[in-house]
Amino acid sequence: MSAVVNPLQGQAQADLAALMSRRISDASLRKQYRLDQLFRHATRLFAFLVLALLAGILIALFIGGLSSMRTFGFGFFFSAEWNPVTEQFGALVAIVGTLTTSVIALFIGIPVSFGIALFLTELSPKWLRGPLGTAIELLAAIPSIIYGMWGLFVFAPVFASHVQPILKSTLGSVPIIGILFKGPPMGIGVLTAGIILAIMVIPFIASVMRDVFEIVPAVLKESAYALGSTTWEVVWHVVLPYTKVGVVGGIMLGLGRALGETMAVTFVIGNAHRLSASLMEPGNSIASALANEFTEAVGDLYLSALIELGLILFFITFVVLALSKLLLLRLARREGRTT
Amino acid sequence: MYFSAFLERFALLSIAVIAASRPVLAVDITGAGATFPYPIYAKWAEAYKAKTGNNLNYQSIGSGGGIRQIQNKTVDFGASDMPLKPEELDKSGLVQFPTVVGGDVPVVNLPGIKAGEIKLTGPVLADIYLGKVKKWNDPVLTSLNPGAKLPAQDITVVHRSDGSGTTFIWVNYLSKVSPEWKEKVGEGTSVNWPAGVGGKGNEGVASYVQRISGAIGYVEYAYALQNKLTYTLVQNRDGSFVSPNIETFKAAAAGAQWDKAPGMYLILTDQSGKNSWPISGATFILVYKAQDRPDRAKEVLKFFDWAYADGDKLAMDLDYVPLPDSVVKMIQASWKNQIKDAAGRAVW
Repeated sequence: MSAVVNPLQGQAQADLAALMSRRISDASLRKQYRLDQLFRHATRLFAFLVLALLAGILIALFIGGLSSMRTFGFGFFFSAEWNPVTEQFGALVAIVGTLTTSVIALFIGIPVSFGIALFLTELSPKWLRGPLGTAIELLAAIPSIIYGMWGLFVFAPVFASHVQPILKSTLGSVPIIGILFKGPPMGIGVLTAGIILAIMVIPFIASVMRDVFEIVPAVLKESAYALGSTTWEVVWHVVLPYTKVGVVGGIMLGLGRALGETMAVTFVIGNAHRLSASLMEPGNSIASALANEFTEAVGDLYLSALIELGLILFFITFVVLALSKLLLLRLARREGRTT
Repeated sequence: MYFSAFLERFALLSIAVIAASRPVLAVDITGAGATFPYPIYAKWAEAYKAKTGNNLNYQSIGSGGGIRQIQNKTVDFGASDMPLKPEELDKSGLVQFPTVVGGDVPVVNLPGIKAGEIKLTGPVLADIYLGKVKKWNDPVLTSLNPGAKLPAQDITVVHRSDGSGTTFIWVNYLSKVSPEWKEKVGEGTSVNWPAGVGGKGNEGVASYVQRISGAIGYVEYAYALQNKLTYTLVQNRDGSFVSPNIETFKAAAAGAQWDKAPGMYLILTDQSGKNSWPISGATFILVYKAQDRPDRAKEVLKFFDWAYADGDKLAMDLDYVPLPDSVVKMIQASWKNQIKDAAGRAVW
């Protein structure tokens, strides 16, 4: 009897053990699931934290700028007046200065960065790529105040004595654009700020461009070479179309830095709240006006006007990013039609 | 038994440690504000700590920030280069008193011209900064300086781009000597400059001036002295041309009638006195009249009392001008009269 029962019992025990182990694995599965959930929520929390911070900053800027908005309304955007004594404020000079310096920075920075990236990925001998690439990344790590001081003490004097007189005598006498190069050669002003900014954004744009150029499949390039393309044709018709999203992204990264750059610009832009057609005259940018005047801004309206300037910078950056996204979308759509 | 004994010993030990780390009852007082007097406040704080063990933590965040911080009561005292007007003091319930004197010095960059070789007057400075006198060989300049060889060069005006007490003293002086400046520009820690370029900080102005031939700028006295800039003479209220040095600053401070200035609202520009430097100014401390924490207020006053008594040499080492003793007496009298605790007793 017992001999019969025993194996049965053994069987039951084995089943039970199997069941138990499945139960345990269920429990551990559930634990895993909970951990997964926790992880997912944590990552989501971090991601939304950014949104919350962004919204918080936006709201704080808005509240801070409210009294200035009430006082000046939309006129704030179009008034070139900036008078802390009579408390008359307008953002036009700072907006124009911010945009002009950034445009100059990109105007110089994009071709140079493109050249650097092109050389590093397509033309440079292998042994040179490492050191050159690292040098460019090092350039990006220099604090902006160093650029500012270098710009003021080293670049500006050379620029004033050697470059500006030449610009004045050549471009300055060209009919329409001549007006951009009038004024005394002081070495400081909107043009100098733009050039310093260009030097600062080049490492950003160049290193992004180099990274995206490197991911172009060799097969594509080699096929083009095999068809008899020149290096230029390969870059222009294969590499650039393949990497345009990354390239535009890199440019936007540079533009973002140029728009918000403070210390370097403050040193060399001349910091005058005056609108002038010439790029050699001093001007002002939003970030540098904030850096200069925030600490000593006495009076609520003054402070509020500065905060509204900050809000405008926020807005400009947002518009620029949105425009670049739009540009990419339009590029993608055209691609769909032509192929 | 054993455990409780251990606890007891531990407690005793920790008391001993705490006592050892604080030999006297050290107090940390905090202040924030003007950047101009920061070097001397830091120096004083160091010497004061060595002597009394009390710590002064001063943040140089700018006069505007200092005024805001004291109004928010986040610090024990605020510091400002621009004195508050008596009605503003009354509104916020604050008392102000000066600590040290400094001032502005016009500096120029003209080929062949050395420090102290050019004479200027207040109205001419105002006209230069208004952009009305544009050339160095303008008749008003050549008639003031018959001996000097002034070139037919453009004048490039350099001013501070950041809001600053240095600017306040400068434009306050220009407002006093030029009705046109007063009407068109006015005074403040930053103004709407009619002409010129802005440099950030004293070093920014100085480097622009040194670089741009034909430039004129203004920097803080100690900065001009330490960097050996080419300063000019300026005509004072009594008509004599004076050079900036410790004696002329002292003369400006001594000639001032502090007793007739309500709330010590007195800017030392354009003071009378044969020797007084016309573009001087004091820097100020702000404390509350009605003190919630009289013990801390007393520590603040003790610190400045010590600084007035023993800090003169340190101040002069850093090219600040100490206040005359008569002014210090008045300040201490004002502490007694005005700073009260909750029960209305004088703190000092």
